[in-house]
Amino acid sequence: MIGAGDVVTFLTRTRGRGRLHWSDWLAYGYLVAGLLIVVLPIVWMFLSSLKSPGALVENDPRILPYEQITVPAPDGSRTFGVQVWTRPDGTRLDVAVVGPRGLNARVFEVGKPEPVFEVPRSQLARKEIVSPRWENYTEPTIGATQSRTFNFLRYFWNSTFVTVVATLLTLVVNAMAAFALSKYRFRGRDAMALVIVATLLIPPTVILVPLFMTVSKLGMLNSLWGVIIPAIATPTGVFLLRQYMLTIPDELLEAARMDAASEWKIFWRIMLPLSLPALSVLAILSVMWRWNDFMWPLIVLTQSEVFTLQLGLSTFKGELNDNMHYLLAMTVLTLLPVTLVFVVLQKHITTGIANTGLK
Amino acid sequence: MATLDLKSVTKSFGTAKVIHGIDLSIAHGEFIVFVGPSGCGKSTLLRMIAGLEDVSGGEIAIDGVSVNGVPAAERGLAMVFQSYALYPHMSVRQNLSFGLENMKMPKADIARRVDDAARMLRIEPLMERRPGQLSGGQRQRVAIGRAVVREPKIFLFDEPLSNLDAELRVQMRVEIGNLHQRLGNTMIYVTHDQVEAMTMADRIAVLKDGRLEQFGKPLDLYNRPASLFVAGFIGSPRMNFLDGTVAEAAAGTVSVALKAGGTVGVDCTPDAGQGDVGAAVKLGIRPEHISVAGASDGDVTMTVSLTEQLGGESYLHGLVPSGEALSVRLAGQTAVARGDVIGLRLGAPDLRHVFDAASGAVYPHLA
Amino acid sequence: MAASSLNSWVAGAWKALGDLLDGPFAAVQRHIGAHRMAYVFLLPNLLVFGLFSFWPMILNFYIAFTGGQSVILGERPLVGFENFRELLDCPSYLDPKTCPVAGYSFWTGLWNTLFFAAVQVPIMIVVALVTALILNRNIRGRGLWRAVYFYPVMLSPVVVAVIWDWILKRRGILNAVLDDAVTGWNGFVASGWFAPVAGAVLALVLYAGLSRLFCRLNAICRLKWAGVLAIGLAALAVLSPGTPALLTLAEYRPVNWLIDQRAGWPMFWVIFVYTWGHLGFYMLILLAGLQAIPRDLYEAAEMDGTSKSRAFWRITLPLLMPTMIVVLVLSLIRAFQVFDEIYVLTGGGPGQATKMIIQHIYESAFIGDAKRYGIAAASSVLVAALLMVLTLMQLAITRKRAGG
Ligand SMILES: Nc1ncnc2c1ncn2[C@@H]1O[C@H](COP(=O)(O)OP(=O)(O)OP(=O)(O)O)[C@@H](O)[C@H]1O
Ligand SMILES: [Mg+2]
Repeated sequence: MIGAGDVVTFLTRTRGRGRLHWSDWLAYGYLVAGLLIVVLPIVWMFLSSLKSPGALVENDPRILPYEQITVPAPDGSRTFGVQVWTRPDGTRLDVAVVGPRGLNARVFEVGKPEPVFEVPRSQLARKEIVSPRWENYTEPTIGATQSRTFNFLRYFWNSTFVTVVATLLTLVVNAMAAFALSKYRFRGRDAMALVIVATLLIPPTVILVPLFMTVSKLGMLNSLWGVIIPAIATPTGVFLLRQYMLTIPDELLEAARMDAASEWKIFWRIMLPLSLPALSVLAILSVMWRWNDFMWPLIVLTQSEVFTLQLGLSTFKGELNDNMHYLLAMTVLTLLPVTLVFVVLQKHITTGIANTGLK
Repeated sequence: MATLDLKSVTKSFGTAKVIHGIDLSIAHGEFIVFVGPSGCGKSTLLRMIAGLEDVSGGEIAIDGVSVNGVPAAERGLAMVFQSYALYPHMSVRQNLSFGLENMKMPKADIARRVDDAARMLRIEPLMERRPGQLSGGQRQRVAIGRAVVREPKIFLFDEPLSNLDAELRVQMRVEIGNLHQRLGNTMIYVTHDQVEAMTMADRIAVLKDGRLEQFGKPLDLYNRPASLFVAGFIGSPRMNFLDGTVAEAAAGTVSVALKAGGTVGVDCTPDAGQGDVGAAVKLGIRPEHISVAGASDGDVTMTVSLTEQLGGESYLHGLVPSGEALSVRLAGQTAVARGDVIGLRLGAPDLRHVFDAASGAVYPHLA
Repeated sequence: MAASSLNSWVAGAWKALGDLLDGPFAAVQRHIGAHRMAYVFLLPNLLVFGLFSFWPMILNFYIAFTGGQSVILGERPLVGFENFRELLDCPSYLDPKTCPVAGYSFWTGLWNTLFFAAVQVPIMIVVALVTALILNRNIRGRGLWRAVYFYPVMLSPVVVAVIWDWILKRRGILNAVLDDAVTGWNGFVASGWFAPVAGAVLALVLYAGLSRLFCRLNAICRLKWAGVLAIGLAALAVLSPGTPALLTLAEYRPVNWLIDQRAGWPMFWVIFVYTWGHLGFYMLILLAGLQAIPRDLYEAAEMDGTSKSRAFWRITLPLLMPTMIVVLVLSLIRAFQVFDEIYVLTGGGPGQATKMIIQHIYESAFIGDAKRYGIAAASSVLVAALLMVLTLMQLAITRKRAGG
């Protein structure tokens, strides 16, 4: 009953004024469904990262992190969970549960350790408060967990170092090459440009072994430089910058030459500032690449002092499968920087990438 | 002092030769205009002088010293580009001081020079703006200012006014003229607009297809064009050309039998045209030198196809019997109407020019 | 004021840094001349390219013909085609179990990768295109939607894998939600609310369908008749005694999504998760392609009386083709290199069910006691050849399109 025409209407109809067409409703419905699929896992993970291990093991489906209220035992040796006892007549009383006995529970009234009496467990309900468990975040980072620590600050520093240094080098090195390829006439220029574009077709994933041997020969294993250096000459970057620099008029460079500027000064003071739009796109891409890099660091970095966040997290996942509360918190920490950057620069990033069509 | 000498300068781009050996000598303080049709090599020549293009052959000398291998920055010249080429990311002040900073001039001197130039060019209120926030005329002034602060030996201009509207162009023409008066530097100015050339130049170099056609004072070019091309290029409205053959070459006078009927004499050097009788030539006569006569007693007759009455002057356009077009400029107003057949007197013998039809060379005038 | 002083500080620092670096570069320029500075500008890039792209490419071929476990080239004996024999010496390529050990891993990975790419790429492109088309409508807050859909692209594969691993655990939230849904639905069917609510919904749906059908059959639309018929049918369906029993679902048994191999769930989720993480990127590019189509083309088509669907097939799709090809090439090449997400999510398991070809290369060389660099390099050669063929095929298609 729904024809191809209807489908096309749904996909293409654009209307500005008046009330919403049925296809508009469908479109918004589709978008909201997509939104939920994208956002819910992340939101849910964030909320769950604040829950206690117990709540996670029980798979507590409530949105907020609830924690049972406890009171210390009279002798202070341990704590008892507090529950609400609803008597058959409807009145309620807060009681501390000492232990089970058959279908009953042994309890005492909160604040009055004596006497201990028994009530049917079916009349008890846990007394809980909303209490985010920030220790999920603090304990692994300061090394207070029973198993291996997630040395967040170290990993964060390593990741930041790799990302910042590699991005700066990528920008300068690729911009220099793009400048040479776009603004000079010299022998072999076109061949060079072709070769650089051709390397776009050779994915680094298929030269893992020789790359590893080269890096190891250069003594860069277990060094952040082993991750940084091989990544800084990206054909994508040269290509993107060259295309942009071609649009900068040669007369500007000639004016600068008349102004007694050296070639380097022309590059630094004229070309780079004028290429800022393309440079910022490349910077965004490079930050994304380096921050999220996994396979190459996995090969080059094997000692935890040089782990990046991604390596730390994946190792942490392997080691701590029962400690979901820590893992979730650390995952949130890992995605937080990227998310903050994205929230601030959202517009630049999406339009920049849309305009270049490269990743 | 800054003199400039070009000695058989040539330029090739790959296999294409675009400048075919040009010789020029420019004295200190001259205002020289390079003029010629689009693609004739004016910009290329200027850029070779500037040092932005290598010289393929010959020599360029400034103050008698060859500068062939000297980079642009060290020739002490300044250039104003057609597109202005202002640095878009710098303020006007930074645009002006960039070059001086590159030459490591002390800050105080830079500020003084920049302020002087700004005052002279009346751009002081614009100093903190970016080029994008300026009008075309203001950008033009800034571009000139950037050249002025350098205090160059020679100013080079490449069609600096072609992006301005007509009114502004006239105004800037005057300002550049004043600038030349005040600074007294040598200036080389490229344009394809012959009015600009005539009004501004001390001397004009007419270029065609990479060759120098004529180099001389504006009125010399007007009065004594060295070739058919220069005759047609200089002067507005354009010179009329009528086909003919040499009928007779006496000492000092060449008689041309016109295809349109009639024979006219032209004053020439005594030996001009000797032995050329029967050769195909073109008679050149400027529209302002033609006058209207009775239908029967002119040199030629013309059927008027269009009259343009501007009030102070009038133009008649029409065809002579041979089918060639002719234009006439008359002072004041005229009663001649479209469709009239009128007689025309083709000026005095010393205002006429004869050119060889094949080579375009002029039959030399008596000096 | 503060912003402008910061700006001028940055400008000053930039200038100072430039002047500092200018010293050596200007000295070089004085030596070799301005023209040849191009080579100086190219040098750093060429060094890195050469050392970390070209040299390894050549080296890879050599390593593919060597054996042993040493990282040092000189200590690796030449073994001829031994590595390739181990990879390719199978009675049947379709059944990797018949291959030698290395070949088993290689062919499993290869077939898994081919399957993955063949399923994931079309699905992702279609969903990305539909999403882009919808966002290209007159949607309020387009920028915001676009950003939200793009957000997962920013996340690292490791994070994506951790999130979904947690959701898909046996005691994970997905199983909990499905369990609740089944229980809730069954409760609803059994309750007194079922008859009125389900009846009303069914009647509405039937009415929408029937009224259109009537309009198509008759010249006059008998809406009243359609209404009566719809309500009658709905009441009959809801009130008939067998209906609740029919609609009651069996009790939900939690599925171990990433481990239960029987229904092919691991591969399903691997494809889902990868698509979840990458869809936004392709959506963004397709949306940009759509928005680059000039509005006035559609207006001209409207003036010509072209129908919406015709405009879609004759204007939108052809003009979007270049973007589609870019998207297809990029997504295929990347699907072939998939590693990170899957490695963290399933580790290639259960068994080898989701092991991809790059994982095979990685594990041959870097996992376990026997570091079989030769096998990894030989596999790389084969994969590179495959990728090359793919790329050339795509180039040919593009060329043909451009030519025609
Ligand atoms: N970089 C180049 N490579 C090849 N040919 C060139 C180059 N620059 C200029 N030419 C050629 O040299 C000839 C002269 O060019 P030029 O720019 O000097 O002309 P022009 O007289 O300035 O013309 P216009 O009035 O249009 O500016 C033209 O035929 C042009 O095509
Ligand atoms: Mg020019």
